Amino acid sequence: MSLDPVKIGFIPLVDAAIPIIAADVGFAAEEGIALELVREVSWANIRDRLTLGHFDGAHLLAPIAIATTLGLGTVKVPLAAPLALGLNGNAVTVSPPLFEDIRRHMAPGARMADPSATGAAFKAVVEERRRNGDEPPTLGMTFPFSTHNYQLRLWLAAAGVEPDEDVRLAVVPPPFMVDALENAHVEGFCVGAPWNSVAVEYKLGRILHFGVDLVRRCPEKVLAVRAHWLERNPELAARLVRACVRAADWLDEPNNREEAARRLAAPNRLDVHAPIIQRALDGRLATGDGDEVRVSASYILFGADGATRPDQRHARWLHAQMVRWRQASDDPAGADLAAASYRSDVYDAALGRAAPPEADDPLGVFTG
Amino acid sequence: MPDRDRPLKIVLIDASPVRAAIMEQGLRDAGHTTIMRIADHVNLLARIYAIDPDVILIDLENPSRDVLEQMFQVSRAVRRPVGMFVDQSDSASIEAAIDAGVSAYVVDGLKRERVQPILETTISRFRAFAKLRAELEQAKSQLEERKTVDRAKGILMRAKKIDEDEAYALLRKVAMNEKKKIVEIAQSVITAAELLA
Repeated sequence: MSLDPVKIGFIPLVDAAIPIIAADVGFAAEEGIALELVREVSWANIRDRLTLGHFDGAHLLAPIAIATTLGLGTVKVPLAAPLALGLNGNAVTVSPPLFEDIRRHMAPGARMADPSATGAAFKAVVEERRRNGDEPPTLGMTFPFSTHNYQLRLWLAAAGVEPDEDVRLAVVPPPFMVDALENAHVEGFCVGAPWNSVAVEYKLGRILHFGVDLVRRCPEKVLAVRAHWLERNPELAARLVRACVRAADWLDEPNNREEAARRLAAPNRLDVHAPIIQRALDGRLATGDGDEVRVSASYILFGADGATRPDQRHARWLHAQMVRWRQASDDPAGADLAAASYRSDVYDAALGRAAPPEADDPLGVFTG
Repeated sequence: MPDRDRPLKIVLIDASPVRAAIMEQGLRDAGHTTIMRIADHVNLLARIYAIDPDVILIDLENPSRDVLEQMFQVSRAVRRPVGMFVDQSDSASIEAAIDAGVSAYVVDGLKRERVQPILETTISRFRAFAKLRAELEQAKSQLEERKTVDRAKGILMRAKKIDEDEAYALLRKVAMNEKKKIVEIAQSVITAAELLA
């Protein structure tokens, strides 16, 4: 039997694990798909190559899929997300001096894992610098339309720090993030795995927050395809969804983690030391603050807890972040379009499952 | 956009010295002299703001492309044409992109004689897109103006018990007398009605 070719672009990040495992462990082949993965260097490239038809699908930041569907910051091309590539996986890392500055301003008895407490302390740092006539801190994030941008803004705004006035937010591509910290272009950042652990490993940064401290179930990457492609290839898309869901379930099995880390570490995949990748898979991350290791069972979610099912409320929340930060106009039609691009119907049909009952709070956003 | 009399200020973002040298030579051959090369990625956006180039050329294999996206987001920044090039012959697939919008993708960047066409494509695509966007903006604001005039007409019709044509004639007469635009008078009517409500 000949396999149907499907070409997917990805950025070297741990949350590209689902398509990588689907291709490299054989789940795609079992569904009759020859899955070709193409490593890309920038989100703008991957978006453009998807919209132009060079790729059939892409490992894409969920907000970019929505922004492209709405024509924000790019040519308008309707995209569809028949699958979420898991949830969570980000962390906020700051330089050791900034970490100590924040600690110095913590209220007595407050915990460093409490984003309200660290936010208040960070605000005090910002105000202290302003009084001294020093530059405001610059924080790195990966793309204007990214959860990293929105998570940082959430943390800042809840503490009364105006993200567009009191600090600087700069786009830094993930592979340059640690570099940017080293040469003091940024003093902290929000990025996905493995880059927080890489900064810790080089003693250039300390993890201040896991993404889950800010949003308990945060949409992150989706498998994005052109809406037109989905219409023309419904059966192939269903097989792709099934292959990816099986890969996600495989990733959830603790016994597979070492192999998963080794496969992701390959030169043509992430090209990062396997043990550092495994920290994210295990949800056991050295924070760089002494010998502290923080553990979270939901640091990054692949198959568990319905993490691969595209939840339209996630799309609405992302659209609301775009409206809040003036990237999109406050238009109910835009929110509806964003929600409609999350194809939970395609996902459910591919797996032959009925739509599950929806949790009351799909996100668990920290509110300060 | 610059006029033809002033030399183009060009920023070239490329990590590879060999490729950048070829690009730069191609630009010089075509008569461009104001070329600034940025080889590393540190503080890229601030440096571009400081240079304030007319055109930016970036190697497509450069992750810093995402940094340029931020430039399109912040209001203080003026958009600049961005040309992208690759030096491998994955060409057929990327050529379609030239017609796709804001950015021009050009292949075979390694040939000196191909550099000037890259620049021309970049600028012409940018102009076409900027024109399209200006037209869209204009259409949008015309729609807004019409809505304002319609609201003012409604207020006048109810207040003065006149029909739509009379309401419009009244707005136009006042506008002519005061040497203002109809939409400005309409806005005053709406504001006054809100104050008196």
